Amino acid sequence: MKPLAPISSTARVVLGISFFVLFVAAWSYATFGGFVSKTFLANPWIMLQDGWFLLVKQGFLHDIGMTIWRVLGGFVLAALLAVPIGILMGAYKPIEAFLEPFVSFARYLPASAFIPLLILWAGIGELQKLLVIFIGSVFQLILMVAVSVGSVRRDLVEASLTLGARDAGVLKRVLIPSSAPEIAEILRLVLGWAWTYVIVAELIGSSSGIGHMIIDSQALLATGQIIFGIIVIGIIGLISDYAFKAANRRLFPWSII
Amino acid sequence: MSKLVIDNVSRIFPAVRGGTPTRALEPTNLSVADNDFVTILGPSGCGKSTLLRMIAGLDRPTTGRIMLDGKAITGPGADRGMVFQSYTLFPWLTVSENISFGLRERGISQRERNDIARQWLEKVGLTSFANHFPKQLSGGMQQRTAIARALANDPKILLLDEPFGALDNQTRALMQELLLGIWERERKTVIFVTHDIEEAIFLASRVVVMSARPGRIKADIPVDLPHPRHYTIKTSPAFSDLKARLTEEIRVEAVLAAEAH
Repeated sequence: MKPLAPISSTARVVLGISFFVLFVAAWSYATFGGFVSKTFLANPWIMLQDGWFLLVKQGFLHDIGMTIWRVLGGFVLAALLAVPIGILMGAYKPIEAFLEPFVSFARYLPASAFIPLLILWAGIGELQKLLVIFIGSVFQLILMVAVSVGSVRRDLVEASLTLGARDAGVLKRVLIPSSAPEIAEILRLVLGWAWTYVIVAELIGSSSGIGHMIIDSQALLATGQIIFGIIVIGIIGLISDYAFKAANRRLFPWSII
Repeated sequence: MSKLVIDNVSRIFPAVRGGTPTRALEPTNLSVADNDFVTILGPSGCGKSTLLRMIAGLDRPTTGRIMLDGKAITGPGADRGMVFQSYTLFPWLTVSENISFGLRERGISQRERNDIARQWLEKVGLTSFANHFPKQLSGGMQQRTAIARALANDPKILLLDEPFGALDNQTRALMQELLLGIWERERKTVIFVTHDIEEAIFLASRVVVMSARPGRIKADIPVDLPHPRHYTIKTSPAFSDLKARLTEEIRVEAVLAAEAH
């Protein structure tokens, strides 16, 4: 193999799918072959049966819907606050000097450690779930957006100044459009992280959601259901990722030509 | 009357980490007449770009002052258009939108912006690329757009910082003719920085030669070649004489610069 040599798009798809096949094959071999006890790891067939049972009999679609709504709700709230703050931090150095140390500190506070506190403050309702995701993503977003805006090409800013742009014009018509594709990419990345927070939030004090189903299934030793839940999360993640990428290509055609 | 007056301007960059401060430009005096095309010729590191950036207002002189139409320059503004050596078109705007960027900042209506952009697209021969993004253009086309973008703003003076430095020789020659053609028609005041002797003579009505660091003006040579200039002028005896003379001037400085590094 030559380093960095491109491959055809068919080869890319075939190779991508073949790893999934390999993965399921190894799993089947370990479970159907009797190398792993059924108590600890369900085989793919049981997983599919459990999945069908969950969807048809247990109203699992409602759980999936609840989880998606929580992720999106918490994430949208975080983005609405973080993107403007991040842009201002990146553009104006005094604001950066004022907020950056605190945000850097807050970024390392694990969202899951806030769950007991948030239950105390907000109960075990939806607000608490949204807050977990909000706390988990808002500081990351602020910092990453600020870095992106702050690293805009200086020569583009200088060019705009020689064309008569003033402070607000530089911000609105150079800094923001120039970093917009990267901000969209940051949102895509952090949305992926938000998914891990929502499951943790649902493991504790919840009566619905994918995480709730997973913790219930653990009590029943229903490993097939747990695996099905995990796979559903993966599939939703994959779909949202592709949707984000497609939207970015459509919104920012200039950045990928 | 002088359009631009550079009065005792110097630039010293502060020391970095215990080093000595860099004297980029010795105190310099220079007057540029209205409608003049001045090229500033010098070896790399002679402070010619620093001087141009100070005229643009992107850098501040350590001493002295720069006056445009009798008013001191305190910062960048639309009255001084600039074309950079690096490609600085806004990648998210089309060619046409890039050209009308400055007009938009001035609050000119969309219709008028389109009209002016269309005229400039035609002048630089990019009409069929109006809706392309910069990434889809060659280097020469990008710099043509950058020139159009600066001139569409109708600045009092046009500053160019080695704008063709990254282009191949053939493209570079065509760009020089294009720029000269525009100047012959529009008669803007132009200051053009370059380290290419032939380019400096071909374009200019006056070549200012700068010495190696610390930069100062070493020679100020008028170019009396007739206009409109055709590329064949580059092989004329008068051109060759000027080239020989400037080659001597600049060679001494290049040797000094090479020894200093």
